[in-house]
Amino acid sequence: MTHAAIRLRDVTIAYDRHPAVHHLNGTFAAGSLTAVVGPNGAGKSTLLRAMMGELPLESGVIERDVLPVTDIGYLPQAAEIDRRFPLTVGDTVLLGAWRQAGAFGAISATSASEARCALSAVGLEGFERRHIGSLSAGQFQRVLFARLLLQDAGVILLDEPFTAIDARTTRDLLGIVQRWHRDGRTVIAVLDDFEQVRAHFPQTLLLARESVSSAPTETAMTAANLLRARTMAERWDEGAAICEPRDESAA
Amino acid sequence: MSVYHLLIAPFVDYGFMRRALVACIALGLGSGPVGVLLMLRRMSLVGDAMSHAILPGAAIGFLIAGGLSLPAMGLGGLVAGLSVALLSGLVSRTTPLREDASFASFYLASLALGVLIISLRGSNIDLLHVLFGTILAIDATALFFVGGIASLSLVVLAIVYRPLVAECFDPGFLRAVGGRGPLYHLLFLFLVVINLVAGFQALGTLMAVGLMMLPAAVAQLWARTLPVMVVIAAGTAAVSGLFGLIISFHLGLASGPTIILTASLIYGGSILIGPSAAVRKYFPRPHLTG
Repeated sequence: MTHAAIRLRDVTIAYDRHPAVHHLNGTFAAGSLTAVVGPNGAGKSTLLRAMMGELPLESGVIERDVLPVTDIGYLPQAAEIDRRFPLTVGDTVLLGAWRQAGAFGAISATSASEARCALSAVGLEGFERRHIGSLSAGQFQRVLFARLLLQDAGVILLDEPFTAIDARTTRDLLGIVQRWHRDGRTVIAVLDDFEQVRAHFPQTLLLARESVSSAPTETAMTAANLLRARTMAERWDEGAAICEPRDESAA
Repeated sequence: MSVYHLLIAPFVDYGFMRRALVACIALGLGSGPVGVLLMLRRMSLVGDAMSHAILPGAAIGFLIAGGLSLPAMGLGGLVAGLSVALLSGLVSRTTPLREDASFASFYLASLALGVLIISLRGSNIDLLHVLFGTILAIDATALFFVGGIASLSLVVLAIVYRPLVAECFDPGFLRAVGGRGPLYHLLFLFLVVINLVAGFQALGTLMAVGLMMLPAAVAQLWARTLPVMVVIAAGTAAVSGLFGLIISFHLGLASGPTIILTASLIYGGSILIGPSAAVRKYFPRPHLTG
């Protein structure tokens, strides 16, 4: 496991030339626990997907030190998985052992017992043989967290992990997030519950296409900043002019 | 008429019936599992489109060989099917068209082109053979061809089972862990095409996909795990072949359509009595304690 910082340098990500993330600079320090918050359309998910290398950058770089992209655990927004797929809970969690077993390798006894531990850590002990189709949304989210536990990644990106999840599951899974933080992993989570952010996340990146504030949570999440973020994100101009490159010293 | 005369005698007495039966079982072993995965990827209609896309290649093989020659038509079909798969993949990645839309456009063009090419040279009988197959005319060469494709499909599926299932289930995860998803997707499309080419001689371009999708649908109604689904699909295809051949032999019906109709009957029966069947809703059973 590598404990790596992630640095964003002048990152712009655009859809159809309109920037969703605009000239973003910042650092996610090694071992930090950061919440990414912002209004709808602020580019939060876009930023995460770009950090996974799934979206091309219009400009700038995302530096990951020596970290290979496969050492990032990524939990996208839940709707993307078909839960009627005929797979057992145990097999789903074991996908997390991909780095050890790969496409063709055998699943080692260590991985198998780690998978059992991961399942009991998320409160689903003995669920191995259940089908994912028989789980509730909250239970399935627990399974995905168990898979992340098994992945043992140095950097973990969570995209709205607690949306439409019940309070008890959210509390349990927040416990897992805290555990990752204590392990020294870098955790970045897109969240929309400000209470949650204030209570559990030391760092906050307030995003509205550009960074409004990137600071310890109590400094970043002020009413003034939140208002500024909302007005900035609502600005959408069909006939926007071309963004002139700023020189390095100004940025 | 004894059971022997009804079920076994046709295969003892006639070599063409034996070869047809072996061909059906081999087709089932290859197409069944491929069909299950195709359905899980929500690509059922892509299989249908692909089977039409094979036609122009087969037609060109028909022209070059100067008649119904399976190796030439099979090879042509393989090339045409793979080209359409690649082209529509390319179109869906570079344009806003979704993959099913681009498949539909390509297969319509292919179907028209194929029928045109065959009607240039061949008779209507040839066209009928290409569209609906000639399972009773399968010779030893064709049998080896079909058997080879089934064996290859099973071996490849066994090897790439894990990445293929992972790619079906959660492509984003596979991308994130750096498992070359598109490669397995392509390999899978290749398996779809060669199995359709195998089914092409027996059932024709229009119905080759029948032994792929109907057993897969039956399997989904009965099983809840992937391995069991695969076994049920292969078994359903083989049983449809057996009973389809027997029924067509005794009643003097065309074999290909009878086989597909037998599979459809099994599908219909599964809808009525299977564990996740519609009928169960009207006969509720008491719930359990936990």
